[in-house]
Amino acid sequence: MPAPRTAWRAPDGVDLLAAILAVALLGVVILVVSAPLRAARRPSGTESPAQGAEAGEDRVELEAAREAKYREIRDAELDYRTGKLSEEDFAATDGALRAEAVEILDRLGALQREAQENSEAPRAS
Amino acid sequence: MALLGRICLLLALVVCAYGIGASIYGVRSGRLEFSDSGRRSVYALAGILTVAFAVLEVAFLHNDFAFNTVADTSSRTTPTFYKAAAVWSSQEGSLLLWAWLLSLWSSLVLFVTRGRLRDVAAYATAILLGFGGFFISLMVFYAQPFATTSPAPPEGVGLDPLLRFPTMMIHPPMLYSGYTLCTIPLAFGMGALLARRVDAEWIRVIRKFAFAAWFFLGIGILLGARWSYSELGWGGYWGWDAVENASLMPWLTGTAFLHSLMIQEKRGMLKVWNVSLVLATGTLAIMGTFLVRSGVLNSIHAFGGATLGVPFVVLIAVLIASSIYLVVTRRDMLRSEHRLDSLVSREAVFMGNNLVLVALCFVIFWGTYFPLISQALTGQEASVGPPWFDRYTVPLALVLVLLSGIGPVIAWRRATLANARRNFVVPAAVALLTLIVLVLIKGPPTLAEKPFAIAMFCCAAFVFGSIGQEFFRGMRARAAMAGEAPPVALVALVKRNRRRYGGYIVHIGIAVLFVGVAASSSFQHASELGLSPGQSARVGAYTIRYVRPTASVTPDYDSADTQGGRELSAVIRSEPGVTLGPDTARTGASLSLGAVLDVTKGGHHVTTLSPSEGFYDSGDPTQGSVGHFIGGQPVSHVALDAGVTRDVWTAIAPNIETPQLKRIIALGNKTLPFVHPGEGIVAIAAMAGAYMQSPPQAQFHFIVSPLVMWIWIGGLIVGGGGLIAIWPGGRAVYSLRRRVSARSRARAAHGLARA
Repeated sequence: MPAPRTAWRAPDGVDLLAAILAVALLGVVILVVSAPLRAARRPSGTESPAQGAEAGEDRVELEAAREAKYREIRDAELDYRTGKLSEEDFAATDGALRAEAVEILDRLGALQREAQENSEAPRAS
Repeated sequence: MALLGRICLLLALVVCAYGIGASIYGVRSGRLEFSDSGRRSVYALAGILTVAFAVLEVAFLHNDFAFNTVADTSSRTTPTFYKAAAVWSSQEGSLLLWAWLLSLWSSLVLFVTRGRLRDVAAYATAILLGFGGFFISLMVFYAQPFATTSPAPPEGVGLDPLLRFPTMMIHPPMLYSGYTLCTIPLAFGMGALLARRVDAEWIRVIRKFAFAAWFFLGIGILLGARWSYSELGWGGYWGWDAVENASLMPWLTGTAFLHSLMIQEKRGMLKVWNVSLVLATGTLAIMGTFLVRSGVLNSIHAFGGATLGVPFVVLIAVLIASSIYLVVTRRDMLRSEHRLDSLVSREAVFMGNNLVLVALCFVIFWGTYFPLISQALTGQEASVGPPWFDRYTVPLALVLVLLSGIGPVIAWRRATLANARRNFVVPAAVALLTLIVLVLIKGPPTLAEKPFAIAMFCCAAFVFGSIGQEFFRGMRARAAMAGEAPPVALVALVKRNRRRYGGYIVHIGIAVLFVGVAASSSFQHASELGLSPGQSARVGAYTIRYVRPTASVTPDYDSADTQGGRELSAVIRSEPGVTLGPDTARTGASLSLGAVLDVTKGGHHVTTLSPSEGFYDSGDPTQGSVGHFIGGQPVSHVALDAGVTRDVWTAIAPNIETPQLKRIIALGNKTLPFVHPGEGIVAIAAMAGAYMQSPPQAQFHFIVSPLVMWIWIGGLIVGGGGLIAIWPGGRAVYSLRRRVSARSRARAAHGLARA
């Protein structure tokens, strides 16, 4: 006769090792998950984490946009050199792309200047 | 340790619920610490599921039959190599693998994107944890991997012999990696819509993960095809099976997305299309999982009799409804920033390629779900077969291959017709030359008989011409600019433009693969017939002679180590012509019967092949003390002589239902007691000896197919190209970027000054 099957049976005896490992795992999970909440309760500098993160995020996004634009410029150059673009088309495309790149660089520069001013302001005061 | 596994699942469910709440609260309230805590919940989930998976894996390796899933899908006689893989051969084990891989990939993407796209990532975290929670709920309430039996049965049923194949170790993890990775772009796409940040940034973030999903799904599909060809005794690599199709559909939409995302990155166009493709790909991946798990459609790959259909249908309905709602409500933000400059541009070709890929996906979707659709409409289940699929997919595949040759030779944004014409000369000449050569080749079948195959060869030749020209021109330009030797210039060119040239290599691989598919399906010779030793069959240009039968018997691995086991082995060896196992394929078959075949062409020896069929222990005592040894599902072990130009494929179905052989089994069942289970194998050895003494006619399946190897080579080229395209840049690229940065500032400023 086949043995009876139980999906979530109560253990006959407590599996001590399993219980210890489960408690240890629970402790690690709580430590890992709650770390940002515990860190937020500690006193921080003048800039709020949200502000700092936002500024950092903008910078990272602009840097990514810059990289993408550089890639586009390289692609256009490669298209020209492999005979897919005429000289006039390449000049027009390349000029437009570089103008877009400069715009991104300007925005990135402005962001960096702003960050620099913010970091110098508390020292001056 | 089952207790630890159960606790892990419950803890994982709690972590998912907390993480979803923390992420949404964090992004809504602007409290980043909660979003971070939600992200860390994903890391914690990965840790918990790693422990859970390890518990199950150890149970399999230690033959812990107290675990129901171990007892159902493994046994002591299952080779260790396959015990490790047996974890994902069951419904519950495969669900755990799915959830575990999802948690690992989710952790990776959230770790890589920490500090970027915080609002989008927070929503994505909640969605990924939602998927995780869904699969963990299935394991807690429906298919429990840590369910146990007390007392534990002494032996398990064993792994399905069909799955005892090396690629089966890798195929499911690859496929599941692909499926789970498909949910990452979906989560970020939904996150971008929810956060109303639909610029190209989220696409840049998930691009590599979309590529990885495509890569793993492709490898999984290829391994599945290889398994079908080498293990299932029908000789095909693709049968338009529902589960096969389910894996192909997200791969097709994923391929479309990988092309169209470039247009959004470069031009800010196709936002609605891209986000729709991402959502469709993720949903199709979940639908693929649903097909395997629900048992709603018949498939050799599906877990039969499964009861998970309803939860999956609910999940898919929620995904589709929320996707439509988000796209419709955010349509104003998804407007294109630019218009298409010219129809003669790479963007236009990419759009064409997208349409073909989506059309292919639609055809496959319709054919796959037709049984369900017909049942819903007419009350009767009707299905469509391979000819129906071929009718629509073959022309679309032709256009797709052609476009993969056209795209690379057209520039972005705009290309003059004069330039385009100049770039098409070489590829068109190569295609024309191929056509002329094919027309001149004598012998049946003629050109008119196989027009699609000939058209595919010409399209592939066009691709080889266009990509070859691209590499040559790029190398020449690089060599001239940098003063490098051509081989150095070629390597440097690829290294500095990985995405572009990796993509070109993928196109070559696809063309090679389709040449293999067209040739092997159009010019195949097949024969199915019964032969006795000494008889021959003609298959195409080959003659195949059945030289002699073979037989091997494998006693229980454990009992073979004992004194009694050694005696048993001696008895088995005494049977004339019978060899002691393990069977040649090392799959744990109790009895393996086969044939030695001599293959000749024009009177010259080509190769010797040894196909066999394995008979497995069913573990069913009702079949008798001897009968159970061979009562399991017999599995064909194909013998193959593979070459670059052709494969000779053979399979055998030996006849063990003769009165003489049946009498031996019946006698063994009657006289040998169950007390010494290993002794029954002696009767199997006697049966094998009788088979060798007077071998009955065996059924053979012979196939001679040209260029099958091109399919596998093409797949490897696709994978290699994909790896090149996805490979991280490293320091060299970083320094290049810095140089480009300085140079572009100067040149851009100069350009602006002129304007």
